[in-house]
Amino acid sequence: MRESRYWILSLGAAVCLVVLLGIHLSIMHLDTLLAYLGVVNADPLHYQAVMARGRSGGWVLAYILLLAFGLYHGLYGLRSVLSEVVSPTGQRLLTWAVVAVGFIAFTWGTYVVIKSSLMGGV
Amino acid sequence: MANFRIQRYDPEKDSRPYFQTYEVPVEQGMSILDCLFYIKERLDATLSFRASCRMGICGSCAMYINGLPRLACETQATSLATDTIEVRPLPNYEIIKDLVVDLSPLFEKHQRVRPWIIPYELEELDRPTKEYVQSPAELEKYLQFAYCLKCGLCLAACPTMATDNEFIGPQALAQAFRYNSDTRDGGDAERIAVVDTLHGLWRCHMAGACAEVCPKGVDPALAIQLMKREAVFGKKKERARLVDPRCGVTPLPGIPKAPEPTVKRSEGKR
Repeated sequence: MRESRYWILSLGAAVCLVVLLGIHLSIMHLDTLLAYLGVVNADPLHYQAVMARGRSGGWVLAYILLLAFGLYHGLYGLRSVLSEVVSPTGQRLLTWAVVAVGFIAFTWGTYVVIKSSLMGGV
Repeated sequence: MANFRIQRYDPEKDSRPYFQTYEVPVEQGMSILDCLFYIKERLDATLSFRASCRMGICGSCAMYINGLPRLACETQATSLATDTIEVRPLPNYEIIKDLVVDLSPLFEKHQRVRPWIIPYELEELDRPTKEYVQSPAELEKYLQFAYCLKCGLCLAACPTMATDNEFIGPQALAQAFRYNSDTRDGGDAERIAVVDTLHGLWRCHMAGACAEVCPKGVDPALAIQLMKREAVFGKKKERARLVDPRCGVTPLPGIPKAPEPTVKRSEGKR
């Protein structure tokens, strides 16, 4: 595939990350700010809240998508940086190493999210 | 009088480059190349450098002068406004001797992007029968990039080249854009396949140093950015029309008849 396609995918992943991370940040870390603005949520780190998100299909999907987009965007950037310093003979190895790391991390992360969901919540 | 601090290095004799200083009586109007010729002719005949046209056309005398890649023939010694002038070989190239560097990577990468017109009709490449018509506006799209001398200054200035030898480089990328923008050319797909790679277009960090140092005012950084856009969104390209060559034109009054060709074409040969 042409490099521009990988680059567009990276940009697309970045846009999705902005949306997903925005949701994540506003719910998990900006609850005080939201409360100040009049949006009062229960403590997102409370056991019941965590369990509820783990059981929710929408949250499971959001976690998996966040993982996929984050891994793709981050590993594409890492490959771009490392490709400048890796020798020409090591370029193919670099690409495969990045793909392997991404695949393992995605499989592991997805397993954790789904397993937790099946167990009734994180 | 100016002190010329020149980097010397002969790979067959020296273990590492070193500097040698020469005193040159600089006068108004003397270029750095004139000063180097003065040194070679009167002070040290062993100094090696490359030069040819002496007027900024051939691009042979590209060097690293007082911290910037420049053409020695186009750089006036007095314009540097200093008594100490340091001359080094171009960075990002292997040194052959003293100020002479190996430009083979430049030419190899230049060749890789197929820097020639690849016509839509291959028959026209081998046996041209007609003429292409190109408007001034169509010419304007690539004209500045056609001024490239292949001097290699842009590659010497490029910070990406300094870290990534595989990078195709601003010169070749600008030439790929130049031919892709030519309405007579139909080789876009072939060139995009070469430049739309990890070490092609996408390796450019847009430092813009290539455009800063180009002695002909070519802006390779602009070409790279425009070609990135084409690689992502595609490009609708106008095709130059093929028309019958004009013949039997009546010359204007007062214009003498052209002399007969001195070499006769033999029958059957083109």
